[in-house]
Amino acid sequence: MATLKTPVGAGDHVLGSENAKITLVEYGDFECPFCGRAYPIVKQVQKHFGDRLRFVFRNFPLKELHPHATEAAETAEFAGANGKFWPMHDLLFENQKRFSTKVFLALAGELGLAPEGLEKALSDRTFDERVRQDFRSGVRSGVNGTPTFYINGARHDDAYDFEVLVAALEKAAGA
Amino acid sequence: MSKQAEGANAILRAGTMAPDFTLATTSGELVSLQSLRGRPVILAFYPADWSPVCGDQMALYNEVLPEFQRFDAKLIGVSVDGMWCHRAFAENRHLRFPLLADFEPKGAVARMFGAYRANDGTSERALFVIDAQGMIRWSYCSPIEINPGADGILEALETLAG
Repeated sequence: MATLKTPVGAGDHVLGSENAKITLVEYGDFECPFCGRAYPIVKQVQKHFGDRLRFVFRNFPLKELHPHATEAAETAEFAGANGKFWPMHDLLFENQKRFSTKVFLALAGELGLAPEGLEKALSDRTFDERVRQDFRSGVRSGVNGTPTFYINGARHDDAYDFEVLVAALEKAAGA
Repeated sequence: MSKQAEGANAILRAGTMAPDFTLATTSGELVSLQSLRGRPVILAFYPADWSPVCGDQMALYNEVLPEFQRFDAKLIGVSVDGMWCHRAFAENRHLRFPLLADFEPKGAVARMFGAYRANDGTSERALFVIDAQGMIRWSYCSPIEINPGADGILEALETLAG
């Protein structure tokens, strides 16, 4: 069974309490429609579990399939470096059908981040290595498409409907 | 379930010489396994082109290609789809590695590797890492509905590289 090879650590984007009994990790691609579909479900799941769950997002851009995926990931990391990862994560998924560099700059502006700062980070590829690290850790952990979820370190090889995810997470919590 | 287990048991294992074969690529060029000696070969059998998800097995391997290339390994995808189907699929997914058509006689190469699913008329999701001398050094048969990912292949290549 595939397991998470890089444990959740200080470099990760984590939403929720460190003491949560359940850790849900998603390897995702902001331009992937399946990840877009999973986005509101994950939100629902987080609401359902409250403090019992922490959620971690790692980048897995499929750049050959999705031309803007890498830039979207770097945009999220830029926002993260400025304390705005999660708001940008949400904005990206909510706008995934209209991706372009222009849109990324506008989203940065919406969050009160300097668009020129993002423009420079994208052209300098400042967050390229950060995104690659996520990608490599995903490959090593057996990510087999997007989204791929890990529940307390074990790959979730089932559907990601709300009911299925909740059942799998409850099981992990009880284990 | 028992059918999968049978398939899983039947594929050629590590320590077996890989049987040679010759199949057509998407450009109609013939490729033999023998001609690829001298570097590791990753042979990835999969059931069919066009599975309806992002990052299906072949699209995933396409993204991971640079990691495979670090080991000088050559990746080859094989399914029973014909050359024209492979060509359309490879173009659509921007695949940068060859797909071979195990089309006529259907599944003959999959059978040689113990990776043919007679009931479905497709091959298993079976992976083989073959060393520079043509010896199978690692093999894995995934449950048909589960994309095995690339972690097992990379571990095998790492072991091979010592």
